[in-house]
Amino acid sequence: MAWAEEVHVAVASNFLNPLKEIAERYQQDTGNTLILISGSTGKLYAQARHGAPFDVLLAADAKRPALLEQEGVGIAGTRFTYAEGSLVLWSLDPEKIKGVESLSKIARGKLAIANPKTAPYGKAAKETLHQLGLWKRLHPILVRGENIAQTLQFIATGNAAMGFISKSQMQDPRFKFKGSYWAVPSHLHEPVFQQAILLQHGASNSSAKQFLNYLQGATAKKIIQTYGYGFLEE
Amino acid sequence: MDLPLIDAEPIWLSLQLAGVTVAILLVFATPVAWWLANTRSRIRVVVEAVVALPLVLPPTVLGFYLLILLGPNGWVGGPVQAMTGSPLSFSFAGLVFASTLYSLPFVVQPLHSAFESVGKIPLETAQSLGASRLDAFFSVISPLARRGYLTAIVLGFAHTLGEFGVVLMVGGNIPGKTKVISIEIYDRVEVLEYAQAHILSAGLLLFSFLVLMMVYTVNRRLPVQVT
Repeated sequence: MAWAEEVHVAVASNFLNPLKEIAERYQQDTGNTLILISGSTGKLYAQARHGAPFDVLLAADAKRPALLEQEGVGIAGTRFTYAEGSLVLWSLDPEKIKGVESLSKIARGKLAIANPKTAPYGKAAKETLHQLGLWKRLHPILVRGENIAQTLQFIATGNAAMGFISKSQMQDPRFKFKGSYWAVPSHLHEPVFQQAILLQHGASNSSAKQFLNYLQGATAKKIIQTYGYGFLEE
Repeated sequence: MDLPLIDAEPIWLSLQLAGVTVAILLVFATPVAWWLANTRSRIRVVVEAVVALPLVLPPTVLGFYLLILLGPNGWVGGPVQAMTGSPLSFSFAGLVFASTLYSLPFVVQPLHSAFESVGKIPLETAQSLGASRLDAFFSVISPLARRGYLTAIVLGFAHTLGEFGVVLMVGGNIPGKTKVISIEIYDRVEVLEYAQAHILSAGLLLFSFLVLMMVYTVNRRLPVQVT
């Protein structure tokens, strides 16, 4: 008889909700359980490097999984892009955002981004502001969320007038969207390739490998797509 | 060895925050502690319990309510926004507000016990000699309670320096405004800049140890009697 196994999955905050849906389906299909640990990619990376018991990391960038591979914490050859994310500028106020020009017209209040040092969507937001030539001007009104989920929360509670979140958060069916937004064109920042990697801790956990395969299967891809992620051309 | 660059701003900011918070708390905590020490009112236990709440509540509870309260739609943040154009969340003033609540028991409780051990007699004696109540309090009671004041100031200050969870939730990590030492340490650890994290952490550790030792030393030596 096969034992139901647990897989500990460290997941970047922006992908937590899609992963919950995938996890539900995965558990129905395989009987194995996923235990999800969410946070900013940078934090999860640091924790994995210091022996956190994660079997799999689903990062919001390609940089940290590559580093883990180099450092021997991740298993070489198991890395792949599971989704490509995009950035949106969002405000609760339905009149506030009409396009890119709304960003330079922000009269009062705060502009929320995720911490660029630890959160890939924060880094993309910073690159966008640089690209638009607004970084210096808007720098004084920036507030930084510890991860992209806190950034969303800053805007959702009205504490920040507007802010950059991931498109997937906005497309989340549980998140009843209101307000106004501007979809940031992808040429304004480095692409957000979200990569997954199997970690040493999960090397002997056959379910961990099975889950990574499942993540690339049709069921998972369909869920991922409903959240507005793109896929790499194959 | 390269000396890691240490940004003085978070340190300065934390010191300012702790200083302002303790100053405000002394003003508010003194009458509360005095009342607690002298009242026979039935609501005394209620007030005592409320004052002690920040000791047992997780900072996330305080942080969550403050985020709502201080935001543009909150009871406090709303009127402030109407007056100044910006809400209290993500501001230094907001952190002062949060810290005042967070460090309240650390200032009220030492004062409360100090006033209790002083008792009513010195005040009554001073009044019988013709001093007004307020005058008697400042010239007789507060000198007698100076151990309590010292403990309250030091604990309130050190505890505010050590505040983290609440600031993480309502601060927004703004350099020069809300990025205090504890947040700076967290940030450094997150990006594996351990050299900087070590310096700040060791500094805070040493500072906290020294001030606590100072309180205990002075409390032993400081005479309670008025000479």
